[in-house]
Amino acid sequence: MNGKYRFLLAALPLAVVIGLSGFFYDRLGKDPGELPSVLIGKPVPEFTLPGLEDGAPGLASADLRSGTVTIVNVFASWCAPCRIEHPMLTALAKVPKIRLVGIAYKDKIEATRAFLGELGNPYALIGADVTGRVAIDWGVYGVPETYLVSPGGEIVWKHVGPLDETVIRGELLPRAEKLLK
Amino acid sequence: MIAELGHFALILAFVVALAQGIVPMVGAARGHGPSMKLADTAAVLQFLLVAGAFAALVHAYVTSDFSLVNVATNSHSQKPMLYKVTGVWGNHEGSLLLWALMLTLFGAMVALFGRNLPDGFRARALAVQGLVGVGFLAFMIFTSNPFARLDPAPLEGNGLNPILQDPGLAFHPPFLYAGYVGISIAFSFAVAALIEGRVPPSWARWVRPWTLAAWSMLTIGISGGSYWAYYELGWGGFWFWDPVENASLMPWLAATALLHSAIVVEKRDTLKSWTILLAILAFSLSLLGTFLVRSGVLTSVHAFASDPTRGFFILVFLLAVTGGALTLYAIRAPALKPGGLFQTVSREGSLVLNNLLLAVATATVLCGTLYPLILDELTGAKVTVGPPYYNLTFMPIMVPLILALGIGPLLPWKRGSLTSTLAKVKLAAALAVLGGIAIVLATTDAPVLAVVGFVLAFYLGGAVLIEFAQRVQLMKLGPMGALRRLFGLPRGAIGMTLAHFGMAVSVIGIAAATGFAQDHLGVMKVDDTVEIAGYRLTFRGVEDVPGPNYTATRGRFEVEGVGTMLPETRKFRAPPMETTEAAIHSTIVGDLYVVVGEKTGAGYATRIYWKPFVMWIWAGGIMMAFGGFVSLSDRRLRVGAPVRRAVAQAQPAE
Amino acid sequence: MKFLLRLSSPRRRPGPFAGRVPLSARDPGLRRDDARGWRALALATVLFLSAVPALAIGVDEPMADPAMEAKARDIARGLRCLVCQNQSIEDSNAPLAADLRHIVRERLAAGEDEAAIQKYLVDRYGEWVLMRPPFEPATYALWFGPAALLLTGVGVILWRRRHPATVPEAEALTAEERARLDRLLKDEDPA
Repeated sequence: MNGKYRFLLAALPLAVVIGLSGFFYDRLGKDPGELPSVLIGKPVPEFTLPGLEDGAPGLASADLRSGTVTIVNVFASWCAPCRIEHPMLTALAKVPKIRLVGIAYKDKIEATRAFLGELGNPYALIGADVTGRVAIDWGVYGVPETYLVSPGGEIVWKHVGPLDETVIRGELLPRAEKLLK
Repeated sequence: MIAELGHFALILAFVVALAQGIVPMVGAARGHGPSMKLADTAAVLQFLLVAGAFAALVHAYVTSDFSLVNVATNSHSQKPMLYKVTGVWGNHEGSLLLWALMLTLFGAMVALFGRNLPDGFRARALAVQGLVGVGFLAFMIFTSNPFARLDPAPLEGNGLNPILQDPGLAFHPPFLYAGYVGISIAFSFAVAALIEGRVPPSWARWVRPWTLAAWSMLTIGISGGSYWAYYELGWGGFWFWDPVENASLMPWLAATALLHSAIVVEKRDTLKSWTILLAILAFSLSLLGTFLVRSGVLTSVHAFASDPTRGFFILVFLLAVTGGALTLYAIRAPALKPGGLFQTVSREGSLVLNNLLLAVATATVLCGTLYPLILDELTGAKVTVGPPYYNLTFMPIMVPLILALGIGPLLPWKRGSLTSTLAKVKLAAALAVLGGIAIVLATTDAPVLAVVGFVLAFYLGGAVLIEFAQRVQLMKLGPMGALRRLFGLPRGAIGMTLAHFGMAVSVIGIAAATGFAQDHLGVMKVDDTVEIAGYRLTFRGVEDVPGPNYTATRGRFEVEGVGTMLPETRKFRAPPMETTEAAIHSTIVGDLYVVVGEKTGAGYATRIYWKPFVMWIWAGGIMMAFGGFVSLSDRRLRVGAPVRRAVAQAQPAE
Repeated sequence: MKFLLRLSSPRRRPGPFAGRVPLSARDPGLRRDDARGWRALALATVLFLSAVPALAIGVDEPMADPAMEAKARDIARGLRCLVCQNQSIEDSNAPLAADLRHIVRERLAAGEDEAAIQKYLVDRYGEWVLMRPPFEPATYALWFGPAALLLTGVGVILWRRRHPATVPEAEALTAEERARLDRLLKDEDPA
């Protein structure tokens, strides 16, 4: 009379294992270390950063509310992946109606200047975040990181790690186009 | 050439494993003797082939044959010989080969030393072992071939991660893997018993020595890893509830439960279905750990881990092994013949409680490890399950476990009296509480958790000694008589006492080192003096010292009554990284732990720690493992009961 | 798709010989791969870390008041290091962890309490930074799971002892109880 019931009990561990396996299968290939930004959908943090030259304009939150779609790239001269992604940024800088700005993260100003002097400066504006404090307000936890900001100054999207063509074509540009409409 | 031979040996081992998995199984079902006998030969042959492959890889490392991808990626010609050899298993492919080596070694040992097992049972168990081997070898051959060539071969290799260039690498992984894989024997025995449809008490007697051996080695592996982390990380931490650590803790907890429930099966012919399930789960948890660590689904420590193909393969393997065994369990377990009844308050009752608590503890660790993943999958929310969670959930489970551990061995089988047993440990309990009060009075701001730990450890240590005194009849026979009795005691009893006492020792170490540590972190200039825990340390500056494949910045501390302590920061050339080598002065009451860091202003960053009783953590672990080995030498386990009638029919007993 | 993308990322898969990315050791550009190597050691089922420059050990400027300093370190122990994944910022040598410790001290000195400091970081990095998972409906199963399992186990064992002959109807039996259940139900031995 209770044979079926007992079979169900004995099958419980099997059910758990099958359930877990299905779940693991779904997790394969996802990066568990990638943190989604909690700032998506929020206005950009308030900040003012100096520029690379004395008296040159730096970058401030007001610049990001100026009515254009902006890509904010956090980079540093000491960061090898930044060097790798640099050609992508140069290409991005040429896309019409989109402005590319940079935040130099924990970098000596001369080093940043030398880096951009060597590879070319794709940024319309650069803020030097020498202490890295502004980057913390942005939720940066490494470099490079890239943010897409709406014309009204709202963070729309964030990418962690160097940009490559797949990310730019598949994720960044479609979102930017949507903002432009 | 030798590498090709190694690769070929691996493929042959795969074929042999396949034969070992199929022929004896069919033979046992049909009662065909020669087919069953094949299992023994195949198991030994499989081991020899994998050992050959392993030797080939060691050879490639020792001779720095950079035409192998694996060697070129993980070795360097300037590396000291010890690390050339240990570097063999300091990477994904090589460590898998070590896994396979251990797996086949255990299989061969069952074939060679398992003569007391009935032929049919041994054939089936070895067949299951062969099938596990098939999965592992296939994983290696198809996704992680350690013998893959590289053309053209580079002139120099990339080098081994300096953190791994440590004697710890020589001991820790082999023990750990021996533990993980040793549990596969319990698994194979469980599956063989399910196929036969019966679990006689002798089954527990067969499975216990293998489980004990695996458990002891796992204990050493975990303790060793913890100690390695302690001296290498540079701040004296020894357990972090990292998923990778949890992956080793879960099979250990399950194997501990299995060891205890198997006693009940053996002595009282009950709890069979549960014990079989534990044997399956313990090995499944070992495999789960492997999956979690190598598939990249967890935030873990490896870059190689982000290989979904490998992850997929292990997942399929995990599902086949665990799912297959649990399917069999679902079919056969309900029909297993139940055993006798017993009172709640009895030795069996205490072992049931032990199993319940250990099972809940295992589930807690599993839950904490997987919860962030599951939550992320379901809601996209990212949470961290860190040490505070385990302090609030796992630790409270340890409290009743230790309380039960103190009285369990004092309870008689079948039926006991709680009052008379509690009366026996009241002395230990009273002293423990007094000890706790003394600690609170003697220190300021004693952390509650640490005081609880001390009280529990005192109580447990006392209760273990009381049980032991009672066993050797110290009170009745006096010291000399008791000593004579001691030599007459079964080794199993001595082993149990050692293991339980080791637990108390470890708890003292954990409580003291976490609750009463002191530190001094700061910049020290030359000739600055720091006082900590009664030691006076004077910093005498640093000097650069060349090492075999690194340059060390060595700090010099003069410590009154101790001598000179020389912590180092090592800068390795290949790969270019830094490691810290703490200088540790270990004593029985605590460790003085000194680290020197980078030049800061006019001085150097220094970290000086006092870790009271910290060595007790690992001393306790070693004691537990030693207890396991002592039990293993028990005649009763070695000889085993020649219960031949328990073989034959593949039908479940209705 | 997503993993293909990542495989092509030079940061992750630098080809067989860039296994140890030859970046300077202080390079936080290695991001998630850097200080996590520490952890690796912690228990090395591990042993397969790749790019893991151990970071130079420095020390923080302590707060003037020892009690406040102790508090700061306590708070830091409860915050997870962003770049090393399974370490608290107190135990990490990563530069970002040092910056965050600095922020903790600064805010503590400014009179903020632990909750406010935690909120500051959660606002920027999410609840992930808290070593102790939050207590909210989504984590009830996490927090209550072990106790619920234990109570179920104890309850069922006791209940089965009282009512050995009844038909088993309890839902959430552990395998433990199941074994006992089996025995009780099948028991032919009147002893």
